[in-house]
Amino acid sequence: MVGELTWRKRLFGLWLPLLGFLVIALFPFTWMAATSLKTNAELYNPKLSPLTIQHPSLVHYIDLLRETNFLIWVGNTMLVAVIATGISLLLGTMLAYPLARMRFPGAILLGVAVAITYLIPQTLLFVPMADLIGRMRLGNTLTAVILTYPTLLVPFIAWLLMGYFKTVPKELEEAAMIDGASRWRAMTRIILPLCLPGFLSAGIFAFTLSQNEFLYALLFLAKSDVRTIPVGVVGELIRGDAFYWGQLMAGALLGSIPVALIYSFFVKYYVAGLTAGAVKG
Amino acid sequence: MLEASRTGALAAPVRQPLGWGGLRGFVERESVFSWLIITPPVLFLLLFLGYPFIYGVYLSFFHKEVAREPAFVGFGNFVKLYNDPIFWQSVRNTIIFTGAATILKASGGLAMALVMNQNFKMKAFTRAALLLPFIVPTVLSTVAWQWIFDPGMGLFNRLLILMGLAKTGPSWLGNPTLAMVSIIMVNTWRGLPFFGISILAGLQTIPQDLHESATIDGAGTWGRFWYVTLPSLLPVIFIVTTFSIVITFFDFQLVYVLTGGGPANSTHLMATYAYSLSMGAGQMGLGSAVALSMVPVLGLLLVILTFYVRKD
Repeated sequence: MVGELTWRKRLFGLWLPLLGFLVIALFPFTWMAATSLKTNAELYNPKLSPLTIQHPSLVHYIDLLRETNFLIWVGNTMLVAVIATGISLLLGTMLAYPLARMRFPGAILLGVAVAITYLIPQTLLFVPMADLIGRMRLGNTLTAVILTYPTLLVPFIAWLLMGYFKTVPKELEEAAMIDGASRWRAMTRIILPLCLPGFLSAGIFAFTLSQNEFLYALLFLAKSDVRTIPVGVVGELIRGDAFYWGQLMAGALLGSIPVALIYSFFVKYYVAGLTAGAVKG
Repeated sequence: MLEASRTGALAAPVRQPLGWGGLRGFVERESVFSWLIITPPVLFLLLFLGYPFIYGVYLSFFHKEVAREPAFVGFGNFVKLYNDPIFWQSVRNTIIFTGAATILKASGGLAMALVMNQNFKMKAFTRAALLLPFIVPTVLSTVAWQWIFDPGMGLFNRLLILMGLAKTGPSWLGNPTLAMVSIIMVNTWRGLPFFGISILAGLQTIPQDLHESATIDGAGTWGRFWYVTLPSLLPVIFIVTTFSIVITFFDFQLVYVLTGGGPANSTHLMATYAYSLSMGAGQMGLGSAVALSMVPVLGLLLVILTFYVRKD
């Protein structure tokens, strides 16, 4: 009797809802994959079930790599994401360290300013930013996005790292300085290495955000050979003719794989970064 | 220059000859050291965030077309918007979109967290899988949704026909109401895991003995949820919701890709309208004015958040 009750509770309280959430979360990816693996003849045949694949084929992937600049977009995206993340980590650390661990005039004002910049959305800035990039003659260069992505990433990284920097006891630094280390040495040799998980969280997060970015890339990168994956896929694979879905889904899937892979390796740090704000307040 | 001299001075060995001592002592002062470190990022943010923001405010008072000299119009752009029915429609759309999606994400996320907060095998794996919609580049998953909504061969209509529920299936993105439903659906799909995983992290910080003492006091499952779980979760839900409102209110890419604001402006959000005015029609000043009209909402949310943080 009791066993049956808990069994039922497990089914309706855990397994069924869990299955529901998983199906909702994952079916678009399955649909993406299924579409990309079918030939056009099969894909657009209304008599065949949409969910099964009868003759799997890589034709859309081959066409994608042969006929479009997809691989160049992958390279651009990686390059931009790596450099923007690197710059943002450096600037974010320089911003967060004094704010989290030092007393200096203007600290409170700067702290508030960082919190506000964290919440300023791109949507507010893109019109003047487009004008600015145009006047700096950076249109259609990767430099345009490498310079602007850190504006989205630095406030976030600083805010995340501050949480980590605050957890290291002040005594460690003081002890090092009594032993003759300078503030710079105490920071780079003692405090920062202890915050490695924080850097990993911030780095993974910034990296996925850079790969995800669309608006600035859309504004600044109009030429095919400087595009990133999102603008390339939307700008060039959607062509208006009816029979492009296979290639489009192949592009969307291939474009998602790098992010998904990195994420799956570092999921612990990603979740830590994601929930840091909510849980720590 | 400044960078180089500073690093040089600090990397020098501890016992230095006289002459370095003064500089080193100066640099070692907490306030001097702090400002040396913090100046580069502050300058960067001032240049690439502060300046565009002020320039945007400036632009909104000008009639400015691409590659033309701006002409001062005072509040002309805002007056124009006030009399522009499409602007007001985009405001209404943004509010409906943000409101509906936030409610769906918060309630769905709470449910997801409660389901996930039980012991079962492969929990870490399940959590990773549930987060996928949130980490995959939005534009790419949105393109997949566009295909799911395709009126002819899309998944939804194929399934409706297969199950015998419809003969042809509706035009998801071609009908004003359905298009709004569709963009809300996709935004919810993408943002739900953010709520779910954050609330789950909040759930895991609730001490177990709170539940135990509530049980001893005679609380059932519902009572424990209402008197223990929910109150402890409120701070997390509050912060996640505020963040989500900011992100959803200013959303651009989802609508840009899925409907482009159509049909007949029925899904234009303020962000996409600002884009189509400034980039499509070349009216930089007017576009800036639309973007700036969103500032009061952001300001209000910031004030609420500040008050909330103060209270703690």
